[in-house]
Amino acid sequence: MAGKKIQSAKRRRFINNSIVHVILAILAAIWVFPIVWVVLTSFRAEQGSYVSTFFPQSYTLDNYIRLFTDTTILNFPKMFMNTLFIAVCSCILSTFYVLAVSYCLSRLRFRLRKPYMNMAMILGLFPGFMSMIAVYFILKAIGLTEGNLIKLALILVYSGGAALSFQIAKGFFDTVPFAVDEAALLDGCTRWQIFTKITLPLSKPIVIYTVLTSFMAPWLDFIFAKVICRANSDQYTIAIGLWNMLQKEYIDNWYTCFAAGAVLISIPIAALFLYMQRYYVDGLSGAVKG
Amino acid sequence: MGILKKRVNEFPTPYTCTRAIREGGLETKLSMVLMGLGNIVHGQIVKGLLYLAVEAAYIVFMVLTGAHCLAMLPSLGSVAQEEVWDETLQIYTYTKGDQSVLILLFGVATVIITFLMVCAWRGALRSAYKAECLAKEGKHVNNFVEDVKSLLHENLHRLLMTPPMFFIGAFTILPLIFMICMAFTNYSKIDSHLMLFDWVGLDNFRALFDSTSILGSTFWSVLGWTLVWAFFATFSNYIFGMIVSLLINRKGTRAKGFWRFCFVLSCAVPMFVSLLIMRTMLQPEGAINVLLRNLGLIAQDASLPFFTDPTWARVTVIVVNIWVGVPYTLLQLTGVLQNIPAELYEAAKVDGANALQIFTRITLPYMLYVTTPYLIVTFTGKVNNFNVIYLLSGGDPVTDLSSTAGKTDLLVTWLYKLTVDKQYYNIGAVIGILTFVILAVGALLTYRNTKSYKEEGGF
Repeated sequence: MAGKKIQSAKRRRFINNSIVHVILAILAAIWVFPIVWVVLTSFRAEQGSYVSTFFPQSYTLDNYIRLFTDTTILNFPKMFMNTLFIAVCSCILSTFYVLAVSYCLSRLRFRLRKPYMNMAMILGLFPGFMSMIAVYFILKAIGLTEGNLIKLALILVYSGGAALSFQIAKGFFDTVPFAVDEAALLDGCTRWQIFTKITLPLSKPIVIYTVLTSFMAPWLDFIFAKVICRANSDQYTIAIGLWNMLQKEYIDNWYTCFAAGAVLISIPIAALFLYMQRYYVDGLSGAVKG
Repeated sequence: MGILKKRVNEFPTPYTCTRAIREGGLETKLSMVLMGLGNIVHGQIVKGLLYLAVEAAYIVFMVLTGAHCLAMLPSLGSVAQEEVWDETLQIYTYTKGDQSVLILLFGVATVIITFLMVCAWRGALRSAYKAECLAKEGKHVNNFVEDVKSLLHENLHRLLMTPPMFFIGAFTILPLIFMICMAFTNYSKIDSHLMLFDWVGLDNFRALFDSTSILGSTFWSVLGWTLVWAFFATFSNYIFGMIVSLLINRKGTRAKGFWRFCFVLSCAVPMFVSLLIMRTMLQPEGAINVLLRNLGLIAQDASLPFFTDPTWARVTVIVVNIWVGVPYTLLQLTGVLQNIPAELYEAAKVDGANALQIFTRITLPYMLYVTTPYLIVTFTGKVNNFNVIYLLSGGDPVTDLSSTAGKTDLLVTWLYKLTVDKQYYNIGAVIGILTFVILAVGALLTYRNTKSYKEEGGF
């Protein structure tokens, strides 16, 4: 009697598990499908945007080669270098801003602390694109919208507002025990030394998280770059380049190259993202114990 | 409770401006006119000179440009650009007219600089009073080197917060004030007010709320769709993400890491790339329609109207948004789900609860409790979600040709179209302000009614 009950429970569990796995497999297929498609398209030999078959008829590496050799219309290597330069500079600036502000808000008590946090919350409610035109006017007024200065303008724009998104890093610093700070204070450390020699080394995950997110921002942003660069095609970043490849005048010739470019950009970003995935989870759920 | 309670000063200090004016000595009172004098008298020479330099710089700035900028602010300029026939060169030249945008921008900047100057003035007064008091009591007055050193210790926040604050001021606050000002002007392509414009008060708001005009009716329909979109986008992501997360994290599931990887892979691809891919796949001749034709599900020459039929387009953007957003939700919820105390589940099992009961009585309430702030942030993000709509549908389809917005346009994408494409800067600014008001009211109401706000009380 009892054995039968256990057996039927076992069978039920087996059926449940099978159903769950089938559902997961279907869902995973849906989620991976567009990525598989773009990888296939990047190796497609037939040119043109829309073809009548789903799978390519023949495969080639030409799309990748063309991306790096055909630099007359859309200069992909140049865009890549532009983006890399902007990303490195703005990454350094924003990491410093975010970590410094988060540390102050988490550890120090000063008069403007709460006003600052309220201000950040209020500013976060405004549509980011509302002030975009105004930012362009300001950059124009100080003469940063011509030639190579556009890069500087983009760096300033990407890092300028970084200090407003301190929440995740602050949440992390909050979990580092205050007792450590107090012990260091008793030993005669200055606050600056506590910040650089104790808190930062203890907070490696969030430092890495901040570095990576701020490094990735210029690769992902598209609107600000477009508004600030306007027609200066030698200053374009990757995102504008890829977007241009899908415009009416280019799409027939560049469609498969777009797929190739998308794959090339996705690989480093995906690697960085998968690497910092656990920091992402930890940082957001506040699960990190100091 | 909450926002409106009387603020208690957490940082009481005897060195306030009022006391400095009332009780300060002669040198402190003179510091009101000549900033830094009090500091110099009491031996803080470098500090005093710095204050003096700030004052001198401000005065020079005001005399050279600032006063002019402020004076032009009420009228926003009146000299129009004109064509003049140049006899010697035999060409038409343009006289330099007033550019209202620049006048407005410099005017706003001058106001901000003046505000900062007032702060510096108060700082100088307080500092002079403090030096005086300390000197009177015979205590040690910090010299410049000690002041600089204190930046690394008790005044570390000044050192660390100043550069970020400067950039926030220059690239977030100044543009925002500038845009808010634009909402009260007639700066737009309508009646060609692109060079010279004037203050018009609340006319733009009135035009937008007037539901009989094209602009007004467009506004209400866009607003309605924005709210519908934000609601469905937030909750479809949340619920779907939670279900997937529960499926992956349940005990019987094998290869958890693999399943998670499959989902996370799609959010590792840059969002604009995946959205552009989705857009090309969903075109009338795109991959999805081709696939459906090859499978024989639709006729050979037929295609599903993903972005050409209003209802289809609206459903499509919400569905694609699920595809884009669920991996993020999955990542964020996984950590929270794992934090639910296991004892709760064990106790429920002992009491004989089934899976559904466990979900509705334990998992869901716990999740809602922990993630309400996250949900509010997501909702705000969805209202302001520019990328998904702009890159996916571009606001199409436009059914009413006289209106400036398509059927899937959100307030933000409409704002973008109005400012960048149409150059209706004033209407764009009004929409921005209204978006903010809606979000702020919504966020305040929900924040204040959640447990997490009441108990954390962080802000």
